[in-house]
Amino acid sequence: MDYQDIELLRFTTAGSVDDGKSTLIGRLLYDSKSIFQDQLDAVEASSKSKGFDYVDLSLLTDGLKSEREQGITIDVAYRYFATPKRKFIIADTPGHIQYTRNMVTGASTANLAIILVDARKGMLEQTHRHAFIASLLRIPHAIVCVNKMDLVDYSEEVYTQIVADFKAFSSKLDIKDIQFIPISALNGDNVVNRSENMDWYDGSTLMYHLETVHISSDHNLVDCRFPIQSVIRPHTIEHQDYRGFAGRIDGGIFKPGDKVKSLPSGFVTTIKTIELNGEQISEAFAPMSVTMTLEDEIDNSRGDMIVRENNVPEVGQDIEVLVSWMSTKPIQARTKVVIKHTTNETVGMVKELKYKIDINTLHRIEDIDKVEMNDIARLSIRTAKPIFFDAYKKNRQTGSIIIIDEQTNETIGAGMII
Amino acid sequence: MSNYIINHLRELESEAIFVIREIAAQFENPVLLFSGGKDSILLTHLAKKAFFPAKIPFPLIHIDTGHNFPETIAFRDELVEKLGVTLVVGSVQEAIDKGRAKEETGADASRNSLQIVSLLDTLEEYKVDAAMGGARRDEEKARAKERFFSHRDEFGQWDPKNQRPELWNLFNGRKNYGEHFRVFPISNWTEMDVWEYIKLENIDLPMLYFSHQRDCVVRDGVILANSEFIKLKEGEEVVNMTIRYRTCGDMPITGAVESTADDLDKIIEEIATTRTTERGGRADDKRAETAMEDRKKQGYF
Repeated sequence: MDYQDIELLRFTTAGSVDDGKSTLIGRLLYDSKSIFQDQLDAVEASSKSKGFDYVDLSLLTDGLKSEREQGITIDVAYRYFATPKRKFIIADTPGHIQYTRNMVTGASTANLAIILVDARKGMLEQTHRHAFIASLLRIPHAIVCVNKMDLVDYSEEVYTQIVADFKAFSSKLDIKDIQFIPISALNGDNVVNRSENMDWYDGSTLMYHLETVHISSDHNLVDCRFPIQSVIRPHTIEHQDYRGFAGRIDGGIFKPGDKVKSLPSGFVTTIKTIELNGEQISEAFAPMSVTMTLEDEIDNSRGDMIVRENNVPEVGQDIEVLVSWMSTKPIQARTKVVIKHTTNETVGMVKELKYKIDINTLHRIEDIDKVEMNDIARLSIRTAKPIFFDAYKKNRQTGSIIIIDEQTNETIGAGMII
Repeated sequence: MSNYIINHLRELESEAIFVIREIAAQFENPVLLFSGGKDSILLTHLAKKAFFPAKIPFPLIHIDTGHNFPETIAFRDELVEKLGVTLVVGSVQEAIDKGRAKEETGADASRNSLQIVSLLDTLEEYKVDAAMGGARRDEEKARAKERFFSHRDEFGQWDPKNQRPELWNLFNGRKNYGEHFRVFPISNWTEMDVWEYIKLENIDLPMLYFSHQRDCVVRDGVILANSEFIKLKEGEEVVNMTIRYRTCGDMPITGAVESTADDLDKIIEEIATTRTTERGGRADDKRAETAMEDRKKQGYF
């Protein structure tokens, strides 16, 4: 196995209660041989003690005591598996209506979303919610798995109807790439191995799709954005005047010799070196962590951003965001909050609550006086100092913020800049 | 590098370096919890890369149970010397002597849980506000639910039901006085990733991880090194075996595997075909189905 060529794919799984999401993940892990014998032994023992006559693969993923007791998943859990083609990170999020915040959390770092639909039930309110969140968080790829096909006699009609219903809803959304696959997670049909029960389906299996979906253009390689995390100054005799800017590239391709501009100062200079651990890098792009040195001595610090001279982000104190509200404490207009954006942190004020979005109909609800847990709403925020941002549509890193409660320090909202 | 894609090891490296730099930037008194195991050695390597050519800007803390492998301690001292970083040692023996912790008794006695007391005492003594460690989510089911930035209350406890959501790469390290964070930069790495990266970067490891001859005792199917810390039970005997370790905790509780893998290539091949998890040999996890979750809630690492 040449591990040097393996790509990393992060995906999120969303499903409603009892639609077999944990079983599907268990199946992916099991069929890709990512489950170890001692884990399987433990699950077999648990299944037996609960009186099941089959191995309950969902027990593999439900980690915490209270989950095992209640038989539900209560938090985002991360799972890992690899095939010779790719390495995968699954953000496994629960489907209960009260846990939208977890779904948003899992979706924020995902390249791909698996949306599960129970073949017997078809599209549910929660399916709308999952599709909407995948679109809102701009997950580049989605796979709709119509699960439990074994319970509808592997019927093509049932499957075709669900696909049509889903397409009717998703046409109002903005998901670039949607695939549909009929599966049975319990029996393994079309998960890793092709189903022998659905001749009428000539598409690929879920695993094949996960292994081959094209993800190299998921990062923005056009608009150069390098937020500075910290300044490296060794103060040693050997490196007396060394001044390196450490950070992770959020967009574009940087090369030594490039003319760059530093924000907020506006100072223009040239990249001297891009390096990591003393090794020179000829070009750097997202999501690489590097250290940059510049030809001129500029007084940059954490929160500043290095960009190209002729391609700068918006600079300003007024932002319009779509937020996913994550706190049991509602928010009202004129509330003071802390905003984190790239490596910047600033105080901000929620100036106006514009509208909420009804996730089922996608209609706007205007004239609102508060935003509550699990709401998706549009807010206007004024920050105490200028930030350097792009629309979330253009760049998921420079277009996102988190909102923090000034008193409790809890993360209370996730925002996507419009 | 073609097509502007970095491979999975470089992506994990980049993510970990980003998190380590965030810790240094967001906290006043961060430390790196160094156990002497491969994951904390890897973490130290990543920290060195994150700040080069400057030195690692925080000390390493080692909680010494007194039951460590001598090889671990020798390796630790050499590494600290080479990197020029500060080492702080928190001693479990000292906590026992002071009456802060009570030694377990019986043949299966272990100092594993006692580490919690020394760890919390040491963090308090040095006013540590962020302790980073090499825990990985793939290790154990309770760890699968950890955040990168894991908030601890003023008693050092973890509340799995009340964790801060973590979105994009925006990490919220804000806290109230007396609270601290545990931070896990290599959360997303698997055992395989760790070994492949160690090979890619040619990172030195203690010889314990490579095949060697050792006097062992087999107890409940777990191969334990024979040492002064082990009391033989009836019917048990000392056998000389060819083994290596997949994890390195305390001598009396870390299980070895029979192996002839004496270099990184052979180890990677062995892991690719192995059918048990690396903590499968850890007697401390076998005490109850939720042993790890219970210890973590109290402040265990």
